[in-house]
Amino acid sequence: MATPQTATPLRLFTRRFRKETTAVIGLVIIVVFVILAVLAGLISPYPPLEQNIPASLQPPSVAYLFGADKLGRDIFSRILHGARISLFTGLSVVVMASSVGTLVGAIAGYLGGWWDEAIMRLTDIFFAFPSLILAMAIAGALGPSLQNALIAVAVVSWPIYARLMRGQVLVLRDQEFVQAARAIGMSNLRILLRHILPNTLSPLLVQASFDMGGTILAVSGLSFIGFGAQPPTPEWGVMISEGRNYITTQWWLTFFPAFAMLLVVTGFNLVGDGLRDILDPRLNK
Amino acid sequence: MTRFIIRRMGGLLFVMLGVSLLTFFLAQMVPVDPAATALGANAREEQIAAYRAQIGLDKPATVQYVIYMGRLLRGDLGQSIRTRRPVIDDLGDYLPATIELSLAAMLVAVLVGIPLGVIASLHRNSWSDALARMFALVGGSMPVFYIGLLALGIFWRQLRWLPGPGRLDSAISAPPHISGLYTLDAALAGNWSLLTNAVGHLILPALVLGYFSAAVLLRMTRSAMLEVLGQDFVRTAKAKGLRDRVVVGRHVFKNALPPVLTTVGMTFGSLLSGAVLTETIFSWPGLGRYATTSVTTLDYPAVMGVTLVAAIVYPLVNTLVDIGYSLIDPRVRVS
Repeated sequence: MATPQTATPLRLFTRRFRKETTAVIGLVIIVVFVILAVLAGLISPYPPLEQNIPASLQPPSVAYLFGADKLGRDIFSRILHGARISLFTGLSVVVMASSVGTLVGAIAGYLGGWWDEAIMRLTDIFFAFPSLILAMAIAGALGPSLQNALIAVAVVSWPIYARLMRGQVLVLRDQEFVQAARAIGMSNLRILLRHILPNTLSPLLVQASFDMGGTILAVSGLSFIGFGAQPPTPEWGVMISEGRNYITTQWWLTFFPAFAMLLVVTGFNLVGDGLRDILDPRLNK
Repeated sequence: MTRFIIRRMGGLLFVMLGVSLLTFFLAQMVPVDPAATALGANAREEQIAAYRAQIGLDKPATVQYVIYMGRLLRGDLGQSIRTRRPVIDDLGDYLPATIELSLAAMLVAVLVGIPLGVIASLHRNSWSDALARMFALVGGSMPVFYIGLLALGIFWRQLRWLPGPGRLDSAISAPPHISGLYTLDAALAGNWSLLTNAVGHLILPALVLGYFSAAVLLRMTRSAMLEVLGQDFVRTAKAKGLRDRVVVGRHVFKNALPPVLTTVGMTFGSLLSGAVLTETIFSWPGLGRYATTSVTTLDYPAVMGVTLVAAIVYPLVNTLVDIGYSLIDPRVRVS
């Protein structure tokens, strides 16, 4: 006999999420890419850096599913390994930016007053910079590498989390359950972690989902102009840059990495859209 | 009203100060001695030391910052190591190119994004809505540098329909400098062949750069329209027997416009950022390209100058939009 399910928040969420067809599609895309990235070492037909000059610029075929590049490297294998890099860049930047941002935003919102003013003006300054130019300047100063590109993009990405978190904390700070927690003598840190943070997760999650896609585009853009991953790394932006002279003649060199990027970023954007629709209280009437 | 403007201007001033501090800090991080780079590889130890003293590099960072600020206030952004010209003069040459490209891209975004957003909202959940949303989704997920390369490959190299990289054909010289926007200057000079050439060169980069912003505007317009469409006064207007065109044009669209206009202002700032990649691909001699070459050659006086200017344009545009807004809509001043 089936026991009736109680409506825990997680179950409610899952039920609503399943109704968002496009969000489910997005999630499926992401899951597929995660699986491909994890299994890249096993399912790649060739090592991603292995050159085979006789196969240079071969069109897609059974031997080379997505064709081969100028050095005869298998594009399919490089895309799979590139998925590792792109998912890793997205995840690491979002984790870095969101943890710093939420912490700083929570401090601003919870302590208020002078702290709030100072922190918010700081985010104003960061918002002023066109993000790619600032990221480029940082990546240039640190030296061009994938790791430095990640740091650079994280540096320009945290302020949005700080603002979001602050807004949430300002609303929650004066709610009764927080006052109650304070009344029984809980420490500020504990109130923030146990009572406020869990209630702020949804807008942060939506932002993180969009940022995953945005970061993947930004980092590969930096790599494309030479400030991120360096050749021969099978990073998608690097692959497009290497194939730029063949864009109309040997289209497979650039099309597949661009299409892979489009798919992954679309996946994260669809999930972000879906999450926003579910979590936006105005739409849940 | 005056207080509102003063407060916004004060905020702007503060942001600029912070921006200058941040760019200064950034330049300090560069693992390169600017004096040694400026003098070249053949400079002797004493020469470098003397030059360091001359430009103040031997002093503590705080003193250097004060010197830097003093020069900034006099409009002196230092000298570029690469071009050996004052950075401010370089920027004067490059900035109009970016402004021209951004304006053209903005035009594309407004002409494409807003009408599509309106159509999508009026036919919610129909196939045209689905198509418009698809267009927006792809616009927000596509690597702009691929689209740029592809457009250039197809429309210039293959079909020869449109001119290639740069602002003008290489055989044509620029119009007399008035605004620095070639299209405007060519029109002012009454030079039609020059104008068509400049416009031809603008089309591809403007479309590529504008696509992303069109996607953003489309989404914003659609949701703003939907929000207004659901309100009581719209039902009243319909109940009064007004024609659909009047209801949508006069009642719905007008009320949906404010958030859309804010987005237009904000996207203009983000266009400057997006321009980095577009300019690189189209060899467009604008700020983004200047920034890229300056970072590549570790020309940090130039990098500082370009980040500073870029970081001032965005909040400046935003502040102007806000002020313009508060003139139209009194509700803004209250909050």
